[in-house]
Amino acid sequence: MFAHAFVRNAYLAGTFIALASGVVGWFVVARAQLFAGDALSHVAFVGAIAAAVVGVDERVGLFAVTLAVAAGLAALSGRGRQDDAAIGTVFAWILGIGVLLIALLATSEGGGAGVTTTNALFGSIYSLSTGASWLAAAIALAVTIAVTAMTRPLLLTTIDAEQAAARGVPVRLLGLGILLALAAVTAEGTQAVGALLILGLLSAPAGAAHRLTANPYAGVAISSLIAVAATWGGLALSYEISSLPPSSAIIGLAAAAFAIASVLARTRR
Amino acid sequence: MNVNPSLKFDLIADLRELFAFPFMVHALEAGTIVAVFAAAVGWYMVLRRQSFAGHTLSLMAFPGATGGALIGLPVSLGYYLACGAAAIAMGQTTRTSTRGFGSETATIGTVQTVGLAAGYLFLSLNSAILSGTETLLFGTFLGVTQGQVVTLLIIAVVALALLAFGARPLLFSTVDRELARASGIPVGTLDVLFLLLLALAVAATSQITGVLLVFAVLVAPPAAAQQLTSRPLAGLLLGIAFALLVVWLGLAAAYFSPWPVGFFTTTFAFAVYVIARLIGSRR
Repeated sequence: MFAHAFVRNAYLAGTFIALASGVVGWFVVARAQLFAGDALSHVAFVGAIAAAVVGVDERVGLFAVTLAVAAGLAALSGRGRQDDAAIGTVFAWILGIGVLLIALLATSEGGGAGVTTTNALFGSIYSLSTGASWLAAAIALAVTIAVTAMTRPLLLTTIDAEQAAARGVPVRLLGLGILLALAAVTAEGTQAVGALLILGLLSAPAGAAHRLTANPYAGVAISSLIAVAATWGGLALSYEISSLPPSSAIIGLAAAAFAIASVLARTRR
Repeated sequence: MNVNPSLKFDLIADLRELFAFPFMVHALEAGTIVAVFAAAVGWYMVLRRQSFAGHTLSLMAFPGATGGALIGLPVSLGYYLACGAAAIAMGQTTRTSTRGFGSETATIGTVQTVGLAAGYLFLSLNSAILSGTETLLFGTFLGVTQGQVVTLLIIAVVALALLAFGARPLLFSTVDRELARASGIPVGTLDVLFLLLLALAVAATSQITGVLLVFAVLVAPPAAAQQLTSRPLAGLLLGIAFALLVVWLGLAAAYFSPWPVGFFTTTFAFAVYVIARLIGSRR
């Protein structure tokens, strides 16, 4: 299996994207900000389409649009709880713009819109080039290291924002930081598992970790471990079964881990 | 009759042109039903802070449609089945988990992606309907039939009657959960029932607006209404009025323009929300 370059590339990019999703996902679930992740993943899709319309590299569009919207969400929410109706309305509108862009794309070139759309929505991890997968791995690793470095203050703001602010922790800055990390992971993940499915790598491993342990450090470790294992297993499965898309296999395994963790947590109680 | 529609900026003539084609009449009928239905249910959804669950339900139309196509079910039946299943899956966890540390959103997110991953799998197993993906995701108002309008009307009337029947206890359990539980209201059962009702509304709406744009009528109009008034009945009616405005204007604009209807409905919805927020913050 590893004799093929495309498989090696998929494993390289997939491993580090999963690692970053597992770590960032743990914090996002703890802070109950998963809906923001959901919104960002849809926004990422619009970024990919916009890049195709303008004619720049897909990754430029992905990162520009997701990071901008993440900064906007952080500004909207301030220190208080995020208003989910506001998030929902904003991302519905951005999707509406995406629809317009698809229509423009369909009329500007001969076809191509359908393939671009499907790839952006559901990912195409087996079509990453060697350079693209090294870059994806490097960015994902950088996000992982950045979030790991912020762990202590992030935990403080997550558990008790008031007290953290009183002790001089920059709560707003950290809120922006985690949203930007989330945006970067989403933009990265769009290339691998697709805009619609990156949420699974953020939610399922982290959800499983939260059910298994209340210890933050163990939780982050378990979450990233499950994400990486699901990615490796999913890639292998879809390599063996040709009709099974890699993204579906990865999400299936991650969700299975979440289901098992839920059952374990329930029986232990 | 004009084949290439263009605005003449003459209200009567433009309106007459809008109603000239049967497909446009069906689209307006379906849009009206959907606006009333979705805005009423959406008002409760926004108040209950269940937008994430609502969005997840709306995406379930995708596996519903692709799965239905795979085994030969009618697409709309697939919508309702998949949305209902997801509602039950999410309702179970919200009922059992006693305010876990963020675990509820993780469940919703997982349900959402599992549904989407399954939908993508169905799609790749049955490549025949690949061409319809964008219509499925973003909707079209061109293909609404008389039969669909009648089905929508029946579902909306039944569902709204149920909502009216349970309106008071549902509002009570939303505003003060503990007090409602103490006074004998079955809060957990209401949670699941509301999610099922939301599933119905979403499945109905997504047939017109497409899976990804349900929020244009489900969230923005009620959220705008809640910025302006906190009185329940006034807010509900205002939300419905906003939704009707968004849908009618969106359909009319799309008719006179080559741009897609989804762009117009979401843009009008966003505009209504922003204006309402500005007015709301000034008071």
